[in-house]
Parts: sequence; C-alpha cells; structure tokens
Amino acid sequence: MLRYALKRLLSLAVSLVIASVVIFAVIEVAPGDPASFMLGVNAQPDTVSALRSELGLDVPKWRRYLDWTGGMLRGDFGVSYTYRTPVTQMIGDRLLVSGPLAIYALILSTVIAFPAGIYAAARRGKVGDVAVMGATQLGVAVPNFWFAMMLVLVFAINLGWFSAGGFAGWDKGVFAALKSLTLPAISLALPQAAILARVMRTSLLDILGEDFMRTARAKGLTRRQALWRHGVRNALIPVLTILGLQFSFLLAGSIIIENVFFLPGLGRLVFQAISARDLIVVESVVMLLVFAVITVNFLVDLAYAAVDPRLRART
Amino acid sequence: MRRNLILGAALTSVFVLAALLSFIWTPYDHAAMDIPAKFLRPGGEHWLGTDHFGRDILSMVMVGARTSIAVALVAVGIGMGLGVPLGLTAAALKGGWLDEVIMRGNDLVFAFPSLVIAILITAVFGPGAVNAIIAIGIFNIPVFARITRGAALSLWEREFIMAARVAGKSAARISAEHILPNVMNLLIVQGTIQFSLAILAEAGLSYIGLGAQPPVPSWGRMLADAQTLVAIAPHLALIPGLAIILTVLGLNLLGDGLRDWLDPRLRVARA
Repeated sequence: MLRYALKRLLSLAVSLVIASVVIFAVIEVAPGDPASFMLGVNAQPDTVSALRSELGLDVPKWRRYLDWTGGMLRGDFGVSYTYRTPVTQMIGDRLLVSGPLAIYALILSTVIAFPAGIYAAARRGKVGDVAVMGATQLGVAVPNFWFAMMLVLVFAINLGWFSAGGFAGWDKGVFAALKSLTLPAISLALPQAAILARVMRTSLLDILGEDFMRTARAKGLTRRQALWRHGVRNALIPVLTILGLQFSFLLAGSIIIENVFFLPGLGRLVFQAISARDLIVVESVVMLLVFAVITVNFLVDLAYAAVDPRLRART
Repeated sequence: MRRNLILGAALTSVFVLAALLSFIWTPYDHAAMDIPAKFLRPGGEHWLGTDHFGRDILSMVMVGARTSIAVALVAVGIGMGLGVPLGLTAAALKGGWLDEVIMRGNDLVFAFPSLVIAILITAVFGPGAVNAIIAIGIFNIPVFARITRGAALSLWEREFIMAARVAGKSAARISAEHILPNVMNLLIVQGTIQFSLAILAEAGLSYIGLGAQPPVPSWGRMLADAQTLVAIAPHLALIPGLAIILTVLGLNLLGDGLRDWLDPRLRVARA
C-alpha cells in the first residue's frame, strides 16, 4: 500500500509540474502585453517599460516561471495586475463562496442520487426503475445554467422564496449565506445527480448478480437485508471514483453557475481577470483548479486502493 | 431496447434536418428585426414567437442548430481524429515508453476540466466559435484515446490478430486493417455520446460569452439574451432550452440504442 501511495504521489507531482508548465506557456504566448493594456494606447513607451519592471515582466521567462511556482509552493500567488492586491487573498475570499457551493452541490447530488439509484436497482425492470431511468436521461440532457434560469423564474421571481442572485455573505449568518447558495447548488447538483444515480444503479445491479449475494439470501437474510448489508456497500466502490470525477465537473460547472447568480466566487474572478487581462490571476486560479482536481482524483485512487487490494497490484 | 434507437434517431434527425433546411429556407430571416412585433408569444404568425427585437425564434433556433451541430461535429472529429490513432498506437506498443507517455498525457488533459481549458484558450486567443471547437476538441482526445486503447488491447490477444502477425503484417497495418474496424462500433456509440456532451459544452460556452459571437446565432447566446427577460417573456428561455434538451436527449437515446443494437455485450462507460 505504501509503495503504491508513493508511486501515485510521484505521478501526482509530475502531473502538477507539467500542468504548471503548460499553463504558464499558454499564458505566455497570449498576445498583448499586460502593461500596455493597462496603460492604454496613448501611453509613453518609458511609462510602459516602467510598469513592466514594476510588475516584474522584464525578467527572463524562466525566472518568472520559477518565481511563480516557487511562490505558489509558499502560498504566495503574486500580486494582481489590476487590483494590486495579493492574489492569495483574492482567491481566499472567493474560495469561501466557491468551496461551500461545490460541497453543497456534491451533498445534494449524493442525497438525491443514492436513494434513486438503489431504488431503481432494487426494482429492476419495474415501473419505478423505468421512471427513475427516464428522469435521469432527462437530467443528463438539461444544461445546468438553463435549469438555473428556470429555478430563478419559478422560485425567485414567481414565488419570491429566494433572491435571484448575489451572495448574502457569511457575516449575515450561516442560514442566510446557505440560502443564497441553495438555488445555485440545486442547479449544479441536478445533472450530476442524474449521472450518479445511473452509476449507482449499474454498479448495484452488477453486485446483485454476484455469488455472495445468493449466499447472503441462502443464509436467511431477507432481500432488503442482503441489499443493504452486502449489495450497497460493495456497490459504493465504483461510485466513489465517479464522485471524484464529479468534483471537477462541479468546479467547472460552478464557473458558469456563478455567472448566472452573480456569486462572487472563483468563476467570476476568472472572468473579470480575463477581460482585464489580469493574467497572473487567470493562471493562478486555473492552476488552483487543476491542483484541486488532480489532488481529489489522487485521494480517490488511494481510497479505492485501500478498499480494493487488487488495484494496488495492477497500476 | 429498439425504442431508444427509434426515438433517439427521430429526435436527432429532426434537429439535423432543421439545421440543413435552414441553409435554404427559414420561416423568416433569422436576423431581421421587427421591433413592433417584439415579445410575441408562440402560436400565430410566428410559430414559436419573437424575441425582444422581434426576431423570429423558430428561424433563430433552426440556424442555431446549425452552429451547435457544426461545432460539435468538428470538436468530436478532432477528438476522434487524434484520439483514435493515439489509442491504436498505445495499444500496439503496449507497455512501451510511448504507451506510457500517451496515457500519462491523457490523464493530464483529463485533469483540466474542459471548461477550464476553454477559459485558458479564450483568455489567450479571445472568444469565438473556433476557439470553442478547439477547447471541446482537446477534451475529446483522451476520451477516444482511452476507449480505443482499452478495446484494442483485448483485440491484440485474439487469434486472428496473431494470424495476421504470423503472416508478417506490421503493427501499423494490423492496427489499421484489423483493429480499427473491430473497434468502430464502440467508437460510433461513444461518438454520439461525446457529440451530445459537445452540444452541451458549446451551449455553456456561448452562454457565458466565450463561444459563438454575434452575429452567429447560437442556442447558448439566445439563452444569455433571455436571462434578463425571462420574467416578462419566459418563452425566450424555454424554447432554446428545450431545443438543447431534446437534441441532447435524442443523441443519448441514439447512443444507447446503437450500443444495444450493434453489440448487446458492449457496455460503454458514460462520461
């Protein structure tokens, strides 16, 4: 297990290094110099070069790469070109919105998907199964931002239960903050729940066909007892991988959803940074998102290997 | 289930035909504004109503279908065109360093959420349909590479491949002449699924302003326009939304139906 973990850790580190090089290189080839963009077309050349050296744009590229990555390792993401505030602080503020939103959505999607998938598998081929599967087909096809608009139309505009956008802020109390994240979380969770429910059902159906399920029934467990004690538990293993993958979809999805609801999260930060050509913010946020995804998948792999020893031997 | 295949094929062809028809005929000019006739409800002269500029929504949806389908087609084409050869190569050189490089490269691309790739690309090259295609296409490469490699690996163990090797065929020829035709079914099924995901991705990108730019009509942009007007004219959001849902649903059903029809034993991992 330790050997496997070390091996995976090494490949995690290599992935992160390559990802950082790719992101840095892509941002470097971006046309347009941030300094001349900030100062406008009428700026004097010496003003531009002064700003360039102030922003640290005049040092060689490889030095800038090392400064950037070295800084990130120490938790220092540099200083925003436009806001002149530390990027770490900007990201930190936004994470307090995006992080809870992703977790809220993940919890919602799990709470919806698990019972639905288990129910469908237990009633395979019956009306309940067909209904759940039909609903998930639809759920997969619905764009989350469109669903978000419909939720706003019904629950914010027509019923007035929620506000149509904006974030209350954690200082207004946990309830108010969570309330303003509820519609965004539901719209993020729905398509993911549909996928998760399908995986849960398929996985459970595979398990139900196993010999040990027959044994469980033979030793006198009822269908329900066998399902919960031996079926669901084992079916959860592949579901775990999907949950890890879903995290990256939730992060990416939240970029769009934050724009629907005007939430001050990482997604909106990236958009503002792109239009202001604040490239240091763009590259840092993108790197952070990639880091989060790679790390979560790494942890899922470890958890997977911990519960299923066969996997350690393979990879 | 044959039902999936028929329903999926029917839904998909409605939108493909609408897109093709839009090249020669739409009920109105999709860009023609008619301010006095704005916010008309569906029914009547304009079948699906008009938007805030009095543009005919049915015409816009038809032309929008063209954008969605074109973007998705090229994006999936990029994914298949690069991913399949990579997957075939990796499988032929199983365990070699090139296999390792290809598969690690795949993992790396997978680590970037597709939308993040799109954001990076648009941050650098500016928004637009072409950049959206590249972003979605890049994300499709590892999907096809992985699925091709997985299927090809088991084929390489089969006797008819052994026979081809004994006959002196090179690995490249075997891949092209024997492996590829045998993974084709799988690729067609996965292709329809990726196609539907690409349509969703294009809609999302256009919605946030990173995809198709005016004056190119697109379902995602129609929804973006509708966002502030949804309270006074819900049909502006409902109709393009339903167009996306029905197209994606149709493609998914078609994929499921094709899978069961082409090979009931196949179980394609859904992304």
